[in-house]
Amino acid sequence: MEFARRPSPYWSARVAVPSLMLQVLAALVPAAIAHVWFFGPGFIFNLLVASIFAVGGEWLMMVLRKRPPEAALTDYTALVTAALLAFAVPSLTPWWVTATGALFAIVVAKHLYGGMGFNIFNPAMAGYVVILIAFPMHLNLWIAPRIGDIDYQYLTVLQTLKYTLTGSLPDVLGFDAVSRATPLDVMKSGLNGMRTVNEIRANPIMGDFGGRGWEWIGNFLAIGGFWLLVKKIIRWHIPVGVGVGLLLPATIMYLVDPGSNPSPGFHLFSGATILCAFFIATDPVSAATSPKGRLVFGFGIGILIYCIRTWGSYADGVAFAVLIMNMAVPAIDLVTRPHIVGHDRKSDNS
Amino acid sequence: MTAPTYDLGKLHGGLRLPGHKAISTTAPIRDVPIPSQLVLPITQHVGDPAQPVVGMGDRVLKGQVIAEPDGTLGAPVHASSSGKVIAIEPWPVSRRYGDKAPCIIIECDGEDRAIENDSRWEDFLSLQPADLLLRILDGGIVGLGGAVFPTAQKLMQARTCKIETLILNGVECEPYISCDDMLMRERAAEILSGAQILMHAMQLNSCYIAVESDKPEALHSLGDALAELGDERLVLKQVPTIYPSGGEDQLVQLVTNREVPSGGLPTDVGCLVQNVGTAAAVHDWVIKHEPLISRVTTVAGDGIANPMNVRARIGTTIADVVKFTGGYAEQADHLIIGGPMTGKSMSTDRVPLVKATNSILVVLKTSFQGRELACIRCGDCASVCPIQLLPQQLFWYTCADNEVKLREFGLIDCIECGCCDLVCPSHIPLTANFKIAKGRIQELADEKGRAERARRRFEARNDRLEQERQDREAELAQQKESAKRAGPAAIAEILKRKQKPREDD
Repeated sequence: MEFARRPSPYWSARVAVPSLMLQVLAALVPAAIAHVWFFGPGFIFNLLVASIFAVGGEWLMMVLRKRPPEAALTDYTALVTAALLAFAVPSLTPWWVTATGALFAIVVAKHLYGGMGFNIFNPAMAGYVVILIAFPMHLNLWIAPRIGDIDYQYLTVLQTLKYTLTGSLPDVLGFDAVSRATPLDVMKSGLNGMRTVNEIRANPIMGDFGGRGWEWIGNFLAIGGFWLLVKKIIRWHIPVGVGVGLLLPATIMYLVDPGSNPSPGFHLFSGATILCAFFIATDPVSAATSPKGRLVFGFGIGILIYCIRTWGSYADGVAFAVLIMNMAVPAIDLVTRPHIVGHDRKSDNS
Repeated sequence: MTAPTYDLGKLHGGLRLPGHKAISTTAPIRDVPIPSQLVLPITQHVGDPAQPVVGMGDRVLKGQVIAEPDGTLGAPVHASSSGKVIAIEPWPVSRRYGDKAPCIIIECDGEDRAIENDSRWEDFLSLQPADLLLRILDGGIVGLGGAVFPTAQKLMQARTCKIETLILNGVECEPYISCDDMLMRERAAEILSGAQILMHAMQLNSCYIAVESDKPEALHSLGDALAELGDERLVLKQVPTIYPSGGEDQLVQLVTNREVPSGGLPTDVGCLVQNVGTAAAVHDWVIKHEPLISRVTTVAGDGIANPMNVRARIGTTIADVVKFTGGYAEQADHLIIGGPMTGKSMSTDRVPLVKATNSILVVLKTSFQGRELACIRCGDCASVCPIQLLPQQLFWYTCADNEVKLREFGLIDCIECGCCDLVCPSHIPLTANFKIAKGRIQELADEKGRAERARRRFEARNDRLEQERQDREAELAQQKESAKRAGPAAIAEILKRKQKPREDD
């Protein structure tokens, strides 16, 4: 009897990249619902815009690169990029801003570097930084969360949609009526204005640790993140690295001078810290690759977030921190190689 | 029953694989009848091919040597049954490299007449270790775990090192394979006797018998046999069921917590590892004077109608073995000799069962799924690599064909266990890639070696030419010097002599 031949092993993995990506998306769902609850339906419009342009950009680039487009479209990585971008932009963002970010992420940061698996920079963060620099006004327009006694002018679904499509608010409303500074902005400008942390925290937008509403999104992101950890879709090294890297300087500074340094809890629950720790920095393609390397990579991101928030001119520094550490990955990978069994331990890493 | 001990070293990574062993271990080992034809490759071991000592038309008896070892490393081949040599010709084989090899083909007469043997050395303790080694050499015994290194030579090499422990490998970590498990259940006493012979040959006082935790029956029967034997030098060790704990170096690491150095052997850390099947074969040869002419093999997989363990004569074709077990299932897409992780896929079942054949596995196409995607550097491969390599980085460098980096990241240390393939969410055939890359590196090294040898020859020649030139100059200078000392008259004499044409020119 004759048989077909093939190389060993004669089993294959039960996991596949597309299912990993779908699970990452699933882990974001609770936080997405919380986002819509607190900041209105804008998130859904942004997600749609980002997804359409990310997937469209992916298709276009695959066609231009003369590769089968369905290969890229069925791995869902573009959708993950789109979702992360949707979390990064304010809920009120005109479509062209989001679209620019999504296209830059996919076309430039991903495909011009060789496509999936070859990008040096985290696509979502590269796209976000481009629109942050190109459209600073739009990206600072965060509306206040729908929670508690905050005086707030709500936008209806249609008004939000109109803003997303045209970039203009209803005639009766000005930007000041709908937007609020983010907790990180409030903290930064307050500290610059020589006020103490406690005075700043008296602002009604502040919650138990971070900002009201924001904290809840953070909680749901953390739940999703832990679920990914349990499912072994991400590993603990990067989240722990980011946490330690951010909380270590934050705790030291807070203990030294609690009056002019916000608490570690504030840092943890503000801005994009938790999103970064579980969902952004854990993008394996642009992260360091060995366990030790990932700890270093995460730690570097945490430290940089703290530095940018404390001494930089931007309120949050997640995107910059991630991109800077992306640059450091080849060096980190070089010096954090694990000990190969059977090799002399002393001569490793030389 | 003597309780197994657990104190163990650590193994990085590895996989807990579904065993699929229950179905082939329900019934005892069955004997495959004498086939009509035996196909005996002259190379069933690592080293130089054995040289046939029989010719076409010769009648041979069971246990008769039909090919003698030739060269420094080798083992004899014995006839597995009586009959007539009808051909010595290339035949498809299941060797690791190459598809066809010279085989001695015997048409069996079905009488199974064994060669007379007058010598029975039941008391091996009265033999000198060196004589015992020579005797093991004659038995055609090779490592039955799959590596088929000639056992006698392995022991002789080990005698040159400082060995503390013999480790009997009863860790059959690949899924489906259960031939060692069945052997341990049915022939525990013979395995232990083989261990005692090996210990005497090596003058050792310590032996660990390592068995995986998923083989309680084997552990039990070995424990009973140990209790009966009452030899305290032998200790049963239970090791966790993690693939690839049965790899020689991995087992040493588990049992002794010592790392076998890169490019080295277990003997470098004072260990000698032998498969339990090899120990039983040593017993059969030394005590019962039965050379290695049959072995237990597992016939399993979804493409097999009745999975089971059989004892078959070496040289029986796979087709005959499978036919005996009840044939193929309706669908049978791939024939694999060895386990599902490291076995070799065959194009035909005409290949003979050889000393290395521990498993005949027939699997379906549906066992494989998913198309290959780009590496996302998730690092799952690194977390399961028992050598703690970074397969994701190695893969990158194999794509770039970066030999320097491949060496630096330890490609040579890869044991090709296939763990990385199994966990890769992008379904990249990593192990196949690494095998190819290793071959290329070897080729480059060979090429470099050849160039280096040529260079050295050339330089040596240049050196000799230079030396000759210097010698000539020195001689000339000496002549000048002596002529000067002899004075003008002598110089004139020499010049005169030089001008005179030589007669022998």
